[in-house]
Amino acid sequence: MIKAILIFNNHGKPRLIRFYQYFAEDMQQQIIRETFHLVSKRDDNVCNFLEGGSLIGGSDYKLIYRHYATLYFVFCVDSSESELGILDLIQVFVETLDKCFENVCELDLIFHMDKVHYILQEVVMGGMVLETNMNEIVAQVEVQNRMEKSEVSVQCQPVAELISG
Amino acid sequence: MALKIVKGSIDRMFDKNLQDLVRGIRNHKEDEAKYISTCIDEIKQELKQDNIAVKANAVCKLTYLQMLGYDVSWAAFNIVEVMSSSKFTYKRIGYLAASQCFHESTDVIMLTTNQIRKDLSSPNQYDTGVALTGLSCFVTPDLARDLANDIMTLMSHTKPYIRKKAVLIMYKVFLKYPESLRPAFPRLKEKLEDPDPGVQSAAVNVICELARRNPKNYLSLAPLFFKLMTSSTNNWVLIKIIKLFGALTPLEPRLGKKLIEPLTNLIHSTSAMSLLYECVNTVIAVLISLSSGMPNHSASIQLCVQKLRILIEDSDQNLKYLGLLAMSKILKTHPKSVQSHKDLILQCLDDKDESIRLRALDLLYGMVSKKNLMEIVKKLMLHVDKAEGTTYRDELLTKIIDICSQSNYQYITNFEWYISILVELTRLEGTRHGHLIASQMLDVAIRVKAIRAFAVAQMATLLDNAHLLTGNMQRNGICEVLYAAAWICGEFSEHLENPIQTLEAMLRPKVATLPGHIQAVYVQNAAKLFATVLKGQEGNTDSTAAQETSQLMIDRLPLFVQSANLEVQERASCILQLVKYIQKLQQKDVEVAEEVSALFAGELNPVAPKAQKKVPVPEGLDLDAWINEPPSESESEDEQPKAIFAKEEPKHSRPRHTEVDEKELARRREARKQEQANNPFYIKASPSSQKVYQDTPGVEHIPVVQIDLSVPLKVPGMPMSDQYVKLEEERRQKERAEKKKKEKKKRKEKRSGRGKKQDSGPESEEDITPAHMVDIVTEEMPENALPSDDDDKDPNDPHKALDIDLDKPLADSEKLPVRSHRAAESLKSPAEDGDVESAAIHAPKKKNGKEKREKKKDKDSDRKKSKEEKKKKKHKHEEKEEDLLGGQAEEPAVQSEETNEVAAPPTSTSVSDLDFWLSNAPVPSNTQEAPTVAAAEAAPVPKVASGTAPNSEPDEPKDTEMEETKSSKHKKKKQKKEKEEKEKKKKKKHHHHHHHSDGGGEESVQNGTVEDEEPLPPMSNYCLLAENSYIKMVCDIQGNLQDGSQVVVSVIFENKCDSFLKSMEFNVLDSLNSKLQRPEGSGPHDGLTVPFQLPPGVSNEARFVFTVQSIVMPQKLKGTLTFIVKNEDSSTHEKLDFKLHFTCTSYLITTPCYSDAFAKLLESGDLKGSSVRLEGVNMPFHHLLARICFHHHFSVVERIDSCASMYSRSIQGHHVCLLVKTSGQTVSIDAKCDEPTLLGNVLDEIKQTFSQC
Repeated sequence: MIKAILIFNNHGKPRLIRFYQYFAEDMQQQIIRETFHLVSKRDDNVCNFLEGGSLIGGSDYKLIYRHYATLYFVFCVDSSESELGILDLIQVFVETLDKCFENVCELDLIFHMDKVHYILQEVVMGGMVLETNMNEIVAQVEVQNRMEKSEVSVQCQPVAELISG
Repeated sequence: MALKIVKGSIDRMFDKNLQDLVRGIRNHKEDEAKYISTCIDEIKQELKQDNIAVKANAVCKLTYLQMLGYDVSWAAFNIVEVMSSSKFTYKRIGYLAASQCFHESTDVIMLTTNQIRKDLSSPNQYDTGVALTGLSCFVTPDLARDLANDIMTLMSHTKPYIRKKAVLIMYKVFLKYPESLRPAFPRLKEKLEDPDPGVQSAAVNVICELARRNPKNYLSLAPLFFKLMTSSTNNWVLIKIIKLFGALTPLEPRLGKKLIEPLTNLIHSTSAMSLLYECVNTVIAVLISLSSGMPNHSASIQLCVQKLRILIEDSDQNLKYLGLLAMSKILKTHPKSVQSHKDLILQCLDDKDESIRLRALDLLYGMVSKKNLMEIVKKLMLHVDKAEGTTYRDELLTKIIDICSQSNYQYITNFEWYISILVELTRLEGTRHGHLIASQMLDVAIRVKAIRAFAVAQMATLLDNAHLLTGNMQRNGICEVLYAAAWICGEFSEHLENPIQTLEAMLRPKVATLPGHIQAVYVQNAAKLFATVLKGQEGNTDSTAAQETSQLMIDRLPLFVQSANLEVQERASCILQLVKYIQKLQQKDVEVAEEVSALFAGELNPVAPKAQKKVPVPEGLDLDAWINEPPSESESEDEQPKAIFAKEEPKHSRPRHTEVDEKELARRREARKQEQANNPFYIKASPSSQKVYQDTPGVEHIPVVQIDLSVPLKVPGMPMSDQYVKLEEERRQKERAEKKKKEKKKRKEKRSGRGKKQDSGPESEEDITPAHMVDIVTEEMPENALPSDDDDKDPNDPHKALDIDLDKPLADSEKLPVRSHRAAESLKSPAEDGDVESAAIHAPKKKNGKEKREKKKDKDSDRKKSKEEKKKKKHKHEEKEEDLLGGQAEEPAVQSEETNEVAAPPTSTSVSDLDFWLSNAPVPSNTQEAPTVAAAEAAPVPKVASGTAPNSEPDEPKDTEMEETKSSKHKKKKQKKEKEEKEKKKKKKHHHHHHHSDGGGEESVQNGTVEDEEPLPPMSNYCLLAENSYIKMVCDIQGNLQDGSQVVVSVIFENKCDSFLKSMEFNVLDSLNSKLQRPEGSGPHDGLTVPFQLPPGVSNEARFVFTVQSIVMPQKLKGTLTFIVKNEDSSTHEKLDFKLHFTCTSYLITTPCYSDAFAKLLESGDLKGSSVRLEGVNMPFHHLLARICFHHHFSVVERIDSCASMYSRSIQGHHVCLLVKTSGQTVSIDAKCDEPTLLGNVLDEIKQTFSQC
């Protein structure tokens, strides 16, 4: 099970947080801080696994993270997940973001947190891995985006008429 | 101008969207909090508006603010509002917000139940998907209970996208509502063989999560997983399965044997590191579970260690880390294989990565030997000095102590060195492990008698320098060692060089700043020291010294009398008065030293922590007997004494056992006994237990202490452990030289006092004799005690509730609650969930093993039977067993196919008996009640009979025989044996087997041996309704069990052209008997709008509900679909006519039936018979059965060779029973039903089905 997925930047600013177990907001912020503290002091050439922080989980939990440019992607998982598998999953997730946003950068995540969430929802659900095939993920995300667009266009019609009139 | 106005109004409408909010926050870096609070005010205003778009936008912004740590739970109700929007866009926003901030105590959650249910059954799969995703994050026990059935229905949805989500969310539902696990499990199991890999992977995922917590309940799935493992190519699925096997093997070693080969193959063949790693891990688990008895066992270990070495040597830090992690698992059982890689692991200690260093540390624990302990610890001490973070340093400290103290100090050859290490460790600043060091010091000083003098000297120095340790009270963790130091100095004060100095050190005013419990020890031990000092001084002629000492005590003790700590105060007052009295005596020139030291006479032996619990009841003492006769019965319910004396094996883990001749032993034992007899603290063993004692290397065997004088006993000043390393080396060299000389002599003549060690260190270690052949006193422990079986399971673990026997048949009370008013989506009746029941029917032929297994639980009733069975089946049986013992890799796959009688593809395998699968040895109970029916239902979607035409052909009923067979099999336990014998006479060729589940005592019947059955051909459950160049319609008709007058037609519309299809209207010409359900207010001839549009190439499903009155006759309804084909430039109106065929079988619902209920039904005599004969049926019997199950919604009650009884029920409650027999190409079906017309039609349809193929 995945207990939490955290994305924050090099300064510890959260860009997306997704807890699969309830924590109150202040606790969530503490966890982010602690995780950032643990992860940020590690060199880029050390291993990507970290024995879990004290706040989240316990001995059975691990932090598995990847560092891309300005962002840290941290998954907090228990022992039922394969460490290398989760690393691959992070890669898949990031590549999917890259496809959906076309050359994703931190700004995309900042301004479209909701969209990132929707993409993540197609990858992980309730703490369990839902889909690992990138094409499938992208396809589902796109269909939903199209649905949203068609709904928005319907809604905007009267406004458009107003403008043109 | 107009544009501006419009723009302004839009701005008002969307005051700020998410992007604006983010931008705003970024622009207000200085006063972010203030800016956000104004934003929240705006959001509150927006939420008050009626416009859902505005609300959704506000909620979206709240979701962002939640991420920043703002509590947004005040908006929970608005979130629910947005969730219930009909627009997907807003719904999604609502569910996202809910999943981020709802939790179990959010009260508005209970308002969402109906909304979620509506969304789950929405025709738009993405509405359903969004609801599932959201629900997975905030499901509560109430939601789980109310929605379990809906979600279960979704597990059979037509869209894999929904199926996989529904499967995954079931895990969350199980956690919150454990009662749902058993009813849902059969379907979950089906999903393991779903045609869609995503769904399959989800099912594997869920079952692995479940099995990880309660593996024993999932053992029966092992064959199925094995098959998946050998067939799947999806690494994700493979990893999960392999991990699962890792959890299962400890429970079933035979499983491990089966796994080794395919796993080894995978290790050799895979290129994916993640998979390789998990394989290695599981192989390790297997090897651990197979403690011995594997011939090429060492080859597997070698392979694992080799592969791990490659990982550790890899430049990728991740692989290195994992390699070490896995290595530590091997270490537990096969330390030698790991020890050969010591170089590599020591190298990792220097790694820059802390995670890797920690892992390497773990490994070191198993690497040490007598030879290298000092060297390794020296290295660790260097790291301790270098370490920056306290966590890592503390970790190092505990590791050093762990390593040294493991297996009762097995690897320590020089205890002086160890004490010096401990003393060195006390210089660590700010460690939290002072108590750990202290307890080690105490333990060593008490148990290693030879070291006491040295230890006392060191402790005295520590006490002298106490100010160094307590310099800063903030980091007082380390002052715990003073507790040990004071105690050791007091208790073994006879070894002190200068007791007065130590006494003074212990009575310094600074001591009063120490924690209370340490002061108490100080005071008490000061008194002991005082006794020693007096003793020394009284021998002298000058008595003033003694009086001075008393005065010192009297001067200093009042400080402690004032202590706030009760313990300190009490002890100090006591001792102060005592000393005052002594002083009085001294002044009268009375010799008091003897008497004072008598106060502290006698040695304190170490007592095991649980010793008290394990004191055996002395012979002749009956704790149950009344001392006085009880006054009345009612008072006699005291606790049984047995409960108090939890038994435990005595801890005789003494590693250092010396060979001493018998005489010597006897003498020592005698001396020891004498000593024990005189020792008031020693808990005497009862005579009966003496025997046990002698078998183990017990306390009596401890050799007399001899101190090797080649090592100087005292090192001046603070000890440096390094000195010892050097000394030790010299000593060893010397010894080696000595040994060489001696080797010329006879071996037996070796130094007698110093026996050679018998313990199992590496061979090379034989050469190393410890510097002190030390008496490590075992902790005292009475014998005759059971090991106390402490179950450490956390009672709060939610998974505990999921420890449910999944093989037990479902009871009525367990069915999931269903909302009765829901019509359209209730494809599955709750009754169907009872599938499990019929399962036992299917349990395969391997009876004997199973029987054996059952015996464990139900010995008496089964024993006779199994013997009988054995005889009956002996022949066949032995053959089979031999085959299985061979244990080829393909075996399981073949086997599961064999047993798969009635399953429908693609879910073709119902699991074979685990026992059978594994081998012939007895295994845990009642493995398999794999639901045959479930398997038959396996296809992801509801099934329907393809259009069949009535064609009746009556035949002679054969009820009598049918009944005979049934009844003979389905009696209750008691009659079983009798019946069986009867049967045996009747048809010897049939092998019946009675098997009853441990749970309900319900009885079910297994079918006989089935020969080489092939997998089933694929069958489709949707039949073509109509088709033209634009659109294709396929449909599936299904009765609704909730409402006896409803039939649900699911139609999949597929757009075949390049244009957009819209405004689809579905209309049917109602007949007298059947009517399309239309929304209220619409006329009887109005069509129903299909709730979606179809882009090119897309298909979607819609469901229509029909009301039917009579279900005994098949019906046909004419209908039309009208739709608009829209191209870029034009649009045309098109229509498509179709005929909807309601066969009688579409009114039947697969219902499992207990075999005894089935027999009762037949015996009741309410049913009318009929029969039909099919010629030229050229297919295996199990295919035939599967077809009947699949197309006609029957379930198999029981099957014997080429004969099977089947059951189904109509939506209006008619029972339909079939007895299907085959001989050659002729199949005869005898049927009974309480409605002859219905029966006739059903039989016709069955005939039609087979005539088509």
